[in-house]
Amino acid sequence: MIALDSRPRLAPKARIRFDRKTARYLLLYPERGLVLNPTAADIAALCTGEHTVHTIVERLTEKYASQPRAQVERDVMAFLATLAERGLMRTDP
Amino acid sequence: MSDEYRPYTLVAELTYRCPLRCVYCSNPVEYTRHTDGLDTADWLRVFREAEELGVVQLHLTGGEPVLRDDLEALVEGARAADLYTNLITSGIPLSRERLARFRSLGLDNVQVSIQDVAAPSSDRVAGARVFERKLQVARWVKELGFPLTLNVVLHRENLGHVEEIVALAEALAADRLELANTQYVGWALVNRRVLLPTAAQLDGARRVSAAAHARLRGKMEVLFVMPDYYSEFPKACMDGWARRFLVVSPDGLALPCHAAHTLPGLVFENVKDRPLEAIWRDSPAFNAFRGDAWMPEPCKSCERRAIDFGGCRCQAYLLTKNAAATDPACSLSPDHGLIEAARQEALSAPDDGFEYRAPRPAVRK
Repeated sequence: MIALDSRPRLAPKARIRFDRKTARYLLLYPERGLVLNPTAADIAALCTGEHTVHTIVERLTEKYASQPRAQVERDVMAFLATLAERGLMRTDP
Repeated sequence: MSDEYRPYTLVAELTYRCPLRCVYCSNPVEYTRHTDGLDTADWLRVFREAEELGVVQLHLTGGEPVLRDDLEALVEGARAADLYTNLITSGIPLSRERLARFRSLGLDNVQVSIQDVAAPSSDRVAGARVFERKLQVARWVKELGFPLTLNVVLHRENLGHVEEIVALAEALAADRLELANTQYVGWALVNRRVLLPTAAQLDGARRVSAAAHARLRGKMEVLFVMPDYYSEFPKACMDGWARRFLVVSPDGLALPCHAAHTLPGLVFENVKDRPLEAIWRDSPAFNAFRGDAWMPEPCKSCERRAIDFGGCRCQAYLLTKNAAATDPACSLSPDHGLIEAARQEALSAPDDGFEYRAPRPAVRK
């Protein structure tokens, strides 16, 4: 479980890149890549080590005002768990 | 052309030259027929054209890519094209200073290969005294802040060492460990008698690898590539012919896989003669095994035909002399007996030694 006050940042091996062909962002890492949906791309862009999970949820809730905050929080947690499982995220205390 | 055929990865084989003589080298047996034919500007154009075509991952490989004096310029150009750039090297000959330059030029990842966990056995397979130096290079990779992929090709002589290999990868703080069972094309087929493991050896290694995979999840990616000689169905070679991968050989041939230019009857075009996009879309050789129209039975009516694409065309040719045959690795192939015979052969210890990679006189069969 990722703590709300932790500060996730992308692992050094991960790099975000825009894909013109699909108009989606890709998260590239050795031999692989994840296609990011718009929400995931917003979350990944905020994984810089500066923002807490709490802040990331706040920012996303502002941007996607039609979504209930609890839903946004679930989306953020699920995506961060995906990143962690693949070794694509570090959490700074 | 639809997204069904979009190359995501360009494998740039910068040279087939290599100071090592690995007995399972995947370069063509007649590798000396393909000399370095592309200059810096050619390769940079290939990178840009590949990116236009949809490529996002670039493997700089060979042979030994660091033998190219212009590798700095190639790394710089690859990053300018926004490609995720991976250097696949034996680590020989590579200095810390040069690695640091690659780092500042934006190289994303470095893959270093070792052959085993100790110098004598590792060097025996590489045909050169290089093991300690390789470990040194792997340490530099991490010290300089690169992600490190450690690659070990597995066969009967090192399958029993997977636990030690995992421990070594952890000690080196590798980010990814590739435990890749030998694929029997190129030099590996020449040496199959001495490399092919038994089913029992594989089972043991697979269990160790699965445990490491679970234990290291999120920390180190542990990948175990099964050998198709012991699978019920063939591998989805290259994710399908000319579908996701594009290979360019040292002499400039655009290919769907590393060994395609060893298949007779197919004419591969040179990137110096035609834009990559036109080759990818129109070249008869690229279209030869796309889709399922080319498939024989049992592939044609098989429910797995969109999963494994009929297996490996090169393996089909090497074992049956027919590139359009069902891959004999498939248990449904009429030629599967060839694989069963090789497995049987592996049960008795081979009494002959390795044939090291070396220039061969070009003989056309």
